[in-house]
This record gives sequence, structure tokens and C-alpha cells, in this order.
Amino acid sequence: MIRIVDYGVGNIQAFMTMFKRLGIEASRARTAGELNGATHLILPGVGAFDHAMQLLDDSGMRPELERLVTKQQVPVLGICVGMQMLAGGSDEGELPGLNWIPGRVRAFASNPRSNALPMPHMGWNDLATTPGHKLFADFEPSPRFYFLHSYYFDAESRADVAATAEYGFAFDCVVSRGNVHGVQCHPEKSHHFGAQLLKNFAGL
Amino acid sequence: MLRPRIIPCLLVHKGGLVKTQGFKAPKYVGDPINAVKIFNEKESDELMVLDIDASVNGAEPDYALIAKLAAECRMPLCYGGGITTAEQAARIIDLGVEKVSISASAVANPDLLTRIAGAIGRQSVVAVLDVKKKTGLFAKGYSLCTHNAKQVHAADPVAFAQQLQAAGAGEIVINAVDRDGEMKGYDLELAQQMRQALKVPLTVLGGAGSLEHIGELLARCGVIGAAAGSLFVFKGPYRAVLINYPTPQQKDTLCRSALSRY
Repeated sequence: MIRIVDYGVGNIQAFMTMFKRLGIEASRARTAGELNGATHLILPGVGAFDHAMQLLDDSGMRPELERLVTKQQVPVLGICVGMQMLAGGSDEGELPGLNWIPGRVRAFASNPRSNALPMPHMGWNDLATTPGHKLFADFEPSPRFYFLHSYYFDAESRADVAATAEYGFAFDCVVSRGNVHGVQCHPEKSHHFGAQLLKNFAGL
Repeated sequence: MLRPRIIPCLLVHKGGLVKTQGFKAPKYVGDPINAVKIFNEKESDELMVLDIDASVNGAEPDYALIAKLAAECRMPLCYGGGITTAEQAARIIDLGVEKVSISASAVANPDLLTRIAGAIGRQSVVAVLDVKKKTGLFAKGYSLCTHNAKQVHAADPVAFAQQLQAAGAGEIVINAVDRDGEMKGYDLELAQQMRQALKVPLTVLGGAGSLEHIGELLARCGVIGAAAGSLFVFKGPYRAVLINYPTPQQKDTLCRSALSRY
């Protein structure tokens, strides 16, 4: 069963609703024990990077989460700040990230190609996806997703990038390395595009 | 490319969905949950739901209704009405809402936005400003109002919007009171002034009566949010209630054509 890591930030209910619609079993996990038996993990997140990392630490679920992802190779999908947490660290905060996908989270405001644009990056944007990537199986060309963020993932290796979107420049909005995946946009709020992505993830 | 957001704005009054004119004469147009279901099917860009009773009555947000709306809504949802503390905002976000909008309470106390932004992140904080044209023989410009336009304030709306942006608003919604329900087009001058003055995303509400009006707004202001009430709940000259929204193709054509004129 899919476990949604509920460490106190993020829109858990929206995922529950979406998976229910898709007919995919999912439940929220609030303790390390409740992560037990996870076939897939969703790591949501909103707000500030340090706040989210701190809450994950405080939840007591982090060691079990790390074990499931790095030892058991359970597929994990980080969403929004949950995706940013997969990186080594963020310019937004001081705490280290989970460091499951090498990269750093940077501010649009400190990038000369995007700093004159409205902030946050809010609304529907087109994804340029890596052809043949399993997260985008059965997708129509140029899928649209909803974004709401001011910081972006800057992957160290292009091999870890599954999609980019344009906001002043092409930033890495979907990353994927082995069993670890992350999306900056909100599949739980992106109509049939998001539903398809979550379905694809659940099928991994 | 980032697209303009075309946003139905639904008003809740006594548990039902209504549409006002000039912020008055609420007309019952249906059930809120049913409307959300229709906008899901039409894949609208976002949805904004404002409880127009809560601030006026000094009531708490209606959490039961918000939970139902959020559970049903498959697009980003912005909820406003009766939010006066960071705790209330956090509780609403936890119910599955993407953004909370603050209006009357922010005017009384911009520090509230800072506290709310601290609790839920500024990307989820929307400040809604009700603005109306000054009237009178030599009157020029706009004034800021609250409580369904019954209270008028001295602050200049543009300067105040900038102050709210600095205080922690991640988006500003400008609601043109005089245009509410008129369906004769947006106040383009006001929209442009705000666009030039603000760094956060802007959404304009009030006056849209056709997709052409949305086109005019986007041609003037570029990639912003275009919100509308009447346009998406009424059809035809007699304002028959019919929830509607452009198809993805209509939206693409509209936005492409408008932005080529920007």
C-alpha cells in the first residue's frame, strides 16, 4: 500500500482523495510503525525548507524512511518542498537535505534569468519531459502542471532530470534517480495530467 | 511557458452559492460542492471560494464546508472569509486548501499577513483588496474598502497593496467593486497600475462578461490571473444560471492571441 508521509506539512487530504479516485490504496503514516508495509512512499511538503526538514526529524519517521528508501529501494515521490528535500541542501535554509539525489535548491530570485519575474512562480506551466521516462508513460505531448514555489531544484547530473519547465530558463522540475523521484509541481492538483503521473508512480 | 490563470470565483452566502452585483443583491446560483464538481470536469485552472458572511458577521471560517470543498476540488483552491489568525489559516491549509485569502482582517492589521506567512509560507497567502473608484466632482483615483464595500479606508490601494506584499502576501487579488456583476469588462487602468507596482502574482476580479474581456485584460497586463464570478455562472442576457468555463482549446487560443498583443 502507498504510504503518505504525514509529518505535519503538506496537503495529505488531497493525495488521499486523488488515490481514492484512482482506485489505488493509500494511507497516511504519522509514525515509523505506520510506514510499515509501504510499497510506495509519498513525501509531500510545503512552506520553508528548514521547517519541513525539522518537522520530518521531529516526526520520528526519518530513520525508517531512510531505511525503506535507501536499503529496501521502496519507490518514493517527493512533491513540492518534499522534492526539494531530496537534494543535498537549499539556499532557503541551513539544514542539510536528505541527499538522495545530488543537487542544490536555489532561489529564482538569485538567478539573473528569472529574478525580474513575478515571485512565486505560480500557475500552470508546460513540462518538457525526457522521452521514454517511466513517470510519463501514456502522457499526451506537452503536459501541463500546477506550480507554486520560489525555489527550484538544480540537479548535479542531467541524467537525474526527468522534466524541465520554463520560468526565465529551463529549470529541473522532475528529478528521478533509481527508486527516488521528485516533482516540483503539484500532481494532486493538476487534473488528469497529475492523476496520470500518480498512477504511473503507483505502477513502478 | 507559464500560462495566465483563468479563475472562477464563487461566493458563499448562508451555505449556498450566490452572485452579487456591486457587492449587493446576492442571487442564489446553486450548491457549492456541485459547482466544484462541474469545475473539476471542466478542468479549471484554479478555484477561489469566498465566504461573504464570515467577516461581516465576525464568524469563524466554516471548517466543515472547507473540508468538503477541499476534498472535492481537483484543482488548486483558494479560500477566503473570516480568517483572523495564523492558527485558522494553518488549519485551513491542513484541510487540503492551497491558498488562503485575507481581506478585511489584513486591512485592519497587515502584521497578520506576516504571521500567517510564517505559519504556512507566503506562497499560500493571498491578500484580496476591494477597490472602488472615487466618486464626486473632482475625485480621482481609487479607494480601498472592506466589509462588502460598506467601509471605505483612507489608504491608497496601490501603496497598500505594496505594503501587503512586503508584509508577506504571495499573491494580490484586486477586486473592482464598481465592476462586480456588471459584466462590462475589467477595470484595465486599475489592473495595469497594480501590475506595474507589484512583484508578486496578481489576479484581477470584477467585470468580466465575456472571454473577450479576459483577452483585453491579458493583452494589457500579460501573464496574470483573470478571475470572474458572473461570467462562469450565468449564461445569456437574462442571467440564467449555467456553470460554464472555456475548454482547454478555447483557453489556449484566447491566451495566445491576447499575449501576442501584450
